[in-house]
Amino acid sequence: MKMRLALSTQRRPYLMAVMVFLVLCVINAILQPSFLRFGVAASNVAAFLPMILVAIGQTYVVLASDIDLSAGTIVSLVNVAVVSIIDGMGGSGMSIALGLAIGLGAGLVCGLVNGLCVAVLRFQPIVTTFASGIVFAGLALWILPEAGKQVPPAVYRAYGGMVLGIPTVVLILLAAIVVAAFVSRTPFYHALRATGGNMQAAYQSGLPVAQVRIGAYTMSGLFASLAGVALVGETASGDPLIGGALTLSSVTAVVLGGTALKGCVGGVTGSILGAFILGLINNVIFFAQLPFEWQGLIQGVIILAALAGGVVMERGRQS
Amino acid sequence: MGARMLAWLRNPLSVAIVAIILLLVAGELLSPGFVSQRQIITLLKVAALLGVVAAGQNLVILGGREGIDLSVGGIISFTAFLAGNVMQQQDALLMQGVVLVLAAAFAIGLVTGLGITVLRIPPLVMTLGMLGVVQGGLVLLTRGVPSGRAAPTLSRMVSEPLMLGLPGILFIWILIGAALTLVLRRTTFGFNVYAIGTNEAAAALAGVPVRRTRALLYALSGFFAGAAGILLLGYTEYVFVGAGDQYMLPSVIAVVIGGTSLAGGSGGYVGTMAGAIVLVLLQSILTTLNIPPFGRQIVFGVTLLGLMLLYGRQRRLRG
Repeated sequence: MKMRLALSTQRRPYLMAVMVFLVLCVINAILQPSFLRFGVAASNVAAFLPMILVAIGQTYVVLASDIDLSAGTIVSLVNVAVVSIIDGMGGSGMSIALGLAIGLGAGLVCGLVNGLCVAVLRFQPIVTTFASGIVFAGLALWILPEAGKQVPPAVYRAYGGMVLGIPTVVLILLAAIVVAAFVSRTPFYHALRATGGNMQAAYQSGLPVAQVRIGAYTMSGLFASLAGVALVGETASGDPLIGGALTLSSVTAVVLGGTALKGCVGGVTGSILGAFILGLINNVIFFAQLPFEWQGLIQGVIILAALAGGVVMERGRQS
Repeated sequence: MGARMLAWLRNPLSVAIVAIILLLVAGELLSPGFVSQRQIITLLKVAALLGVVAAGQNLVILGGREGIDLSVGGIISFTAFLAGNVMQQQDALLMQGVVLVLAAAFAIGLVTGLGITVLRIPPLVMTLGMLGVVQGGLVLLTRGVPSGRAAPTLSRMVSEPLMLGLPGILFIWILIGAALTLVLRRTTFGFNVYAIGTNEAAAALAGVPVRRTRALLYALSGFFAGAAGILLLGYTEYVFVGAGDQYMLPSVIAVVIGGTSLAGGSGGYVGTMAGAIVLVLLQSILTTLNIPPFGRQIVFGVTLLGLMLLYGRQRRLRG
């Protein structure tokens, strides 16, 4: 039995995250009896969705043993770009379509730039994406210097509403999961993990390492831009600083989900769970009615403990 | 001669020095009077603050194994707050404050170091988690309200001329620079740092106490962040809650610009000092230029990427 469990955690690095997630769900349900109600669950998904999307994109980059510290600023950039285009063109259906298209395109280009710098110009990933993040944040402030502007009600009604009886946010989450499941069955994904496992070996066995890393950064940019669009629906306005905190929390979610920063090991499933865990920790702290001042410290300690726990579990598994 | 010249140009320290001279010339051309004694001293004060943080960052990066300390920003804010509250604007409490704060900062760094060496949590994750804990603790202590004031002697030390028209903070920085360079080049501990950064397995076989050395590096990083917190308090007299955040990633960049490899094992603190000056000069030129904040940010990010092109590049996979 023990061996079977060991084997299964080896094949599924996210099992630890599943356990933490379930424990947090139980605690949350005790503290907040309405937690399991459909409407509350949907509103939780809506609140966590941007972080989930950024974490999915971050996973691809981390699997290739790189990191994207610009993801949060891409979210901000896309958020203000979409809102400004829709607002500037008068909020017609055409303007909404164009805004979304340009927003997603911008995220894609940002990711592509990161990928080219890291994989072709051979810049160091941490410093590069930090520097490019400064540029993206500057562009966001250029487009919209301070939070404001509005999108027409149709946008946030569609986002907060239902399609065929299912909340739009849940559909977006499901769509993201389907896309991720599809990607994980492509040759790209296998090349990605090979690259993360041993870049030199992957290169020497003929894998297109540079293209794969560029692809991973592009995916990160794309998912970050989806998060930016989701935030347009959620807040109905633009904010050039809205994505700032998402960068580090996306990395945290990825690690909580069992993906190794060294690359190769892990996957999107874990990262989605990791993002849920981070969101639920906030919920639990809120509903536990702790004094406001204690929230940050307790949140920090829980996250640190969860991170440490995950890593230590993994070590035990390997030895 | 040509080869020698080329080698000199490839040396990050000389590139940083050339960059400093070029930036000074550019500054003087763009806004006459930029290169005045007063202006230079102000710049060096800011560079000294960044340089002291970067000293710790430099050490953990030299120690290899993806060494990085993202908790320095939190520790600076925390220690600046602590120092201000111990000192309460009284010179009699200055020494007490300094000793207490440095001990606390060292202890925080040591906990981080033990997490990384004993629990073997990746540095990026461990220090990120520690950042959350320290920031949470700070909110708990301050309740979000700044409090505490620097002892007058401390403020005078940092801001007013001490000798030869230079403020005390510069002498402190030069002292730290000399001491650190001496320790790295002339002591067993210094050799051990380069040894574990270059090849940990070989170092362990050669009898280097790998874990103890690495844990000490993180403790020292905490210590230097604490020292920077005290100096920051002296510089601004009282500090707001997130005052240290702005030093986190620039400290990494100063190290990289200074020619220390993020892979560990090569580089030194003299380069980092030059790197800190380059960063601060660049920021200051952008501030004197009459362009809006977003423009400054974009130029800053693009310049960082340009600097990476000069020498932040990683080795080729081919060959």
